[in-house]
This record gives sequence, structure tokens and C-alpha cells, in this order.
Amino acid sequence: MKLTIPQEELVTSGHLACQGCGGALCMRYALKALGKNTIVDIPACCWSVIDGPFPHSSLRIPLFHTAFETAASVASGIRAGLDALGKKDINVLAWAGDGGTFDIGIQALSGAVERNDDIIYICYDNEAYMNTGIQRSSATPYGAWTTTTPVKHFKKMAKKDMVKIMAAHRIPYTATSSVAYPEDFIKKVEKAKKIKGTKFIHILSPCPPGWKSQPEDTIKLARLAVSTCIFPIYEVENGEKYTINKVIKNPRPVKEYLGRQGRFRHLKEKDIEQIQENVIESYRELLKKANIEEEIHIKEG
Amino acid sequence: MKQVIMGNHALSYGAMLSRVQVIAAYPITPQTQVVELLSEICADKRLDAEFVKVESEHSALAASMGASAVGARVFTATSSQGLALMHEIIHWTVGARLPIVLGNINRAMGPPWSIWTEQNDSLSERDTGCIQFYAQNNQEVLDTVIQAFKVSERVFLPSMVILDAFVLSHTSELVDVPEQKLVDEYLPPFAPKYKLDVNEPHTFGGLTGPDGYYELRYKINEAMEEAKEVIKETGKEFGEKFGREYGLVEAYRMDDAETVLVTSATIASTARVAIDELRKEGKKVGLLRVRVFRPFPSEEIRELLSGRKKVALIDRNISFGHGGIFAQEIKSALYNYKDTPPIWGYIIGLGGRDVTVNDIKGIINDTIESDKPEKDIIWKGVRL
Repeated sequence: MKLTIPQEELVTSGHLACQGCGGALCMRYALKALGKNTIVDIPACCWSVIDGPFPHSSLRIPLFHTAFETAASVASGIRAGLDALGKKDINVLAWAGDGGTFDIGIQALSGAVERNDDIIYICYDNEAYMNTGIQRSSATPYGAWTTTTPVKHFKKMAKKDMVKIMAAHRIPYTATSSVAYPEDFIKKVEKAKKIKGTKFIHILSPCPPGWKSQPEDTIKLARLAVSTCIFPIYEVENGEKYTINKVIKNPRPVKEYLGRQGRFRHLKEKDIEQIQENVIESYRELLKKANIEEEIHIKEG
Repeated sequence: MKQVIMGNHALSYGAMLSRVQVIAAYPITPQTQVVELLSEICADKRLDAEFVKVESEHSALAASMGASAVGARVFTATSSQGLALMHEIIHWTVGARLPIVLGNINRAMGPPWSIWTEQNDSLSERDTGCIQFYAQNNQEVLDTVIQAFKVSERVFLPSMVILDAFVLSHTSELVDVPEQKLVDEYLPPFAPKYKLDVNEPHTFGGLTGPDGYYELRYKINEAMEEAKEVIKETGKEFGEKFGREYGLVEAYRMDDAETVLVTSATIASTARVAIDELRKEGKKVGLLRVRVFRPFPSEEIRELLSGRKKVALIDRNISFGHGGIFAQEIKSALYNYKDTPPIWGYIIGLGGRDVTVNDIKGIINDTIESDKPEKDIIWKGVRL
């Protein structure tokens, strides 16, 4: 069998991620695709801790830890510095969580994308402020419990559509991926590496402590997110050309995904029905954008 | 070559002559001409630099950090609200030990909206670990940018070169713009030992527990202490090369002065005229200008003030509920030492209100005529 994933490991053992952390795997795959010729900056997020306390570091590439809202702006600066020094072939990676991307860092990100700075921005999305102990972010999906959206007042707003925001900037390349599909993710990072300008990749990264799920279910949940169409994997080129990398004709019912996570345990049947409806509607909209005429039917059982 | 230029352009030329490699900046009144001229200078290739036109001051300094961390020489400039927005990243720049030079135009903080000069913006950054130079004229603005890079790159701390809004920023003065060749001889290229380097990967700023953090703060203070000597040394070297010497403080007609006026920035230029006039009247008065606020030149100040009869301090800033900030600093530098004079702390010129020769003469005469300071804060010219 031919291995399609590079063997070189740039994330070492001994990192501080929780059991079943999707974010640790995301970094491992991303660096396999990018290789050693990469500089990364990481704002406040789980990875500020995962990397390991001083003097240890679990990354074998140069890393600049930075303030919460500066992933994109520091990456822009790294690129400018490298350009000024004539080192143009180095990959510049901004690596941030959903809080640092969807919320506090969105201004700096929008600025970098508008300038089309030549950086790769990857958001590993665990759908809440997990590093501070599970508070809601604008990436938290409708219906979820967090410590700031308690069961009686669970989150009533939909998840912010970051890829749509990026596409509206006419970013050269934006894509979603899921940690259950490493080949897809690595292929996208490799593609991003070859494109000049800003690239934004949004990868869903299950978090067992925050999702109240089993560590061994991380990959299963990341796959279910795709097969239920809750988190479709697709890419957008120049803000216009939509390609769905995995078209789901018969989505699994959302309850299969929601039911495995304690954060949705309080949802009533009608809430789940509402989520199901919204998911299918969003997916139909996406299919339309990708010019795919497909009738979709939920696959029960 | 002598040129008539505004203070803002003195900052731009200082950055150009220092051969900065990356500029990241965001416009704010009264700083705009700094970045406008630098944009032109970069566009017509007088300077080979990357200019990142960011969407905020916060990003300006964050991008500056990224560029500095890979080993580029970086300049940025801002003012007032913009500096306040950068505050978090000033701390980060210091902790990351990045020698960025930042031009700041002193402008009052809102509300109410004001675009005129006052020092509260930069003095609010007192405890970040950023070196602070207060310039008194446009020549000093340009010269200090060049020196600031030399100092910062020796001690690995950022520097702020500060000038008064409008009084300097938009006022044209005759400035000797040095030859590039001489500046190159004075300021070698930036070559940091540690940087973000794919051939020698290191992690910067990783989580550090109480067993390590404390020592890192000690090191920052040690660097600040070292900066005092480095500023004096580089200021002297600058004098040898360009004929204009600089130090931490400047003493004017101090030899036999009984009453000393202490102040900073452009008020010091005006004060010189006031001192001359009072001297003509036979009054034994002198002026002490504080050029560098961080690191604070405590030893020099003690040496120059101990044994004097009286000290009048003029602050164009206020720490609400306590008093003028230079006054506080100088009082604390003198405490625990012998022969310290009483200090009258005057607040004047907030929000850009004009400070005239007569205002300053009035302050000095009030001090001479008064037996002791009645209050911690003396408001000069407040109209209620």
C-alpha cells in the first residue's frame, strides 16, 4: 500500500493535549503537509498549553506564541520580515482556535485577507473557549451547552459561517476539513502551500472535555459531523468556485451526532428536529453554490 | 544636508536613515504625515522596506513583532488612542525582547475628543518596559530615532520616540538630515542571535511557570538598567559622529542655580527662554530637562538636584488623584537621600493649552516667593 501521508513527524510526543484531542491531531497533520520549512505563530488557545511549558516545546519548527487577537497580524509581520530579508520560500502559518478566529481575532484576520498577505491561516475549531473551561464562542453551534450557555439557556444562535465570511473577502483559497479525514486535510494544506496570497482552512476538531464525549469517539464524531452534513467538507477558490469534496447524498440523521455528546443532552425532540431542518437547508444552499443538482434524503437507521 | 521639516517628517527620515526593513502602521491624527512620507519613500525606493498597511494600531504592533522576530529592523508610529490600543502588544513586545522603535506623538486622550498635546498617552505605558525618549525639537526627533535603534538592539527592548502634537509634529524647523553613509557607520545592520529560523527552530513565549517567569522579569529590569549606560554611550558616540551629543538629562544654567525648573519635551525649549530672562533679572535659576523617562535617570537627577533650595516641576500630564507623573518619579528618586529640596508640582497645558514663557516665569517666581509647597498638585491657569 502506498502511503499518501508524509511520514515525518514535526509534533513530538510529550505534548500536553487531553485524551482524544482533535486539535493535537490537526497540528500533526498540518505540519506533515507543510514540512520543516515553516514558521508558526499561535495566539491564546489550547495549543498555547499543548505545546508544552517552557523550556519544552513539542513542535520541531520555530514557534512564536502571541496575544489572543493577533494570529493573523503577527503572521503578516512574519511574512513581511521574511520578504524584507529575501527569504521568500518559507511557509508562514497562523494557527488559532475558534475564539481567536471567529471572535477576538476576526478583525486582524479580515485585515490580512483584505491585504491578501501570503500566509496560511488554520483554525482548529472545537466550538467553544475550551482552554478557559468551555465558554461559548460564536463558533458554538445552536443548541449546545457551555458554561456560559447553561442548559436552561442553551445557545440559541447559529454558528457563525466563517468560510462564507472568508469567501466574501474573495480570498484565493478557503476550505473546511475534518480531523476524521486526514488525507483531505493534508491535500488541502498542500494545495494552500502552493497558492500565493491568504489561505484559510477551517477544520472541525472534537474536544472530549468540552463536548462531553468519549475520547475514543473523537474520530467517529468528526466523521459523523461530515456524514450528517452538519460540517460539510468543501473548498472555495477566489470566493466563487465552490467544490464539495465529499458529497453526501444520504445524510445520517443529526441525532446520531448530537446523541453522542453530553453538551446536547438537554435538547428536546423538537429542538433536534429544528437542527435537522436547518442542517439540510444549509446543505442544499451549499450544493447550489457548487452547482450540484442532487436530491438529498436522510438515511435513517 | 539642512532641511526645513516638520517633526513628523523628522520621524520618517529617522526611520529611513536607519534603513528599517519593515514598517507596519495605521493612521491617526496627528501622526499621519509620518506614514504618508514613509509610504512615498518606500514607493520610490529611497528605502527598500516592506510596508504593511494594517487595519488597526493593535495589528500594527503585532505585525511589527512578527517581522522583528524573524530578524528585520522594524518601525511603527502612532499617537494617543492608537497607543492605548497597542498597550497589550507593548507588553508583548517587551516580554518577547523585540527591539522595535515606535514613534509616538503625544496627544490627549478622549473623551472629549482632543487632538492636541499632552503626555498621558505615553506615560500610561510607563510600566511596560518600553524605553521612552521625550524630544524637545525636530532635530532631536530625527537623531533619537537613529540612536533608539542602536540602544534597543543592544539591550533587546523596544523604544518609544515621543514628540508633542502640533508643537513639534506639525511645526517646521531647520534640521540637519545626516548623510546615509555616516548613519550606516554609526548604526550597523540588525543581526539578532535568536530569531524565528527554520534552520534552528526555537519556541518563543511559551507557557512559563512561577519558577521561571520571575527571572525573566529580572532580566528585563537588568536590560533597562543597562540601557542607561547604553543611552549615554550611544548619545556620546552620536555627538562624536554628528556633532550633537545626547544624554539621559540636560542641565541648563544649573551651576549656581538655587531654584531649578524640571520639565520635559517642548516645554523645556520654552523654559530656556524663561530661564535666560530671569537670569537677566539676577535670579539664580536653572533648568533640568528629562530626556529619557524609562529607564529613569535617578542618579543624574539626584546629583543635579541635591543641595538646591527649591525645585519647580512642570507636568503636562496628570495621574488623577495623585499629581504630575514626572513630579512623582522625581520625588521617589530623591526619597531616602540627603539634601533633597522641596518640590512644587505644577500641572499645565493639558489638552494642548499653550504654555508660554510668561507662564513658566510665573511658575518659577511663585516657587521662589513661596515658603513651602502647600499642595501636592498646583494647577496653573485653571479657569473654573
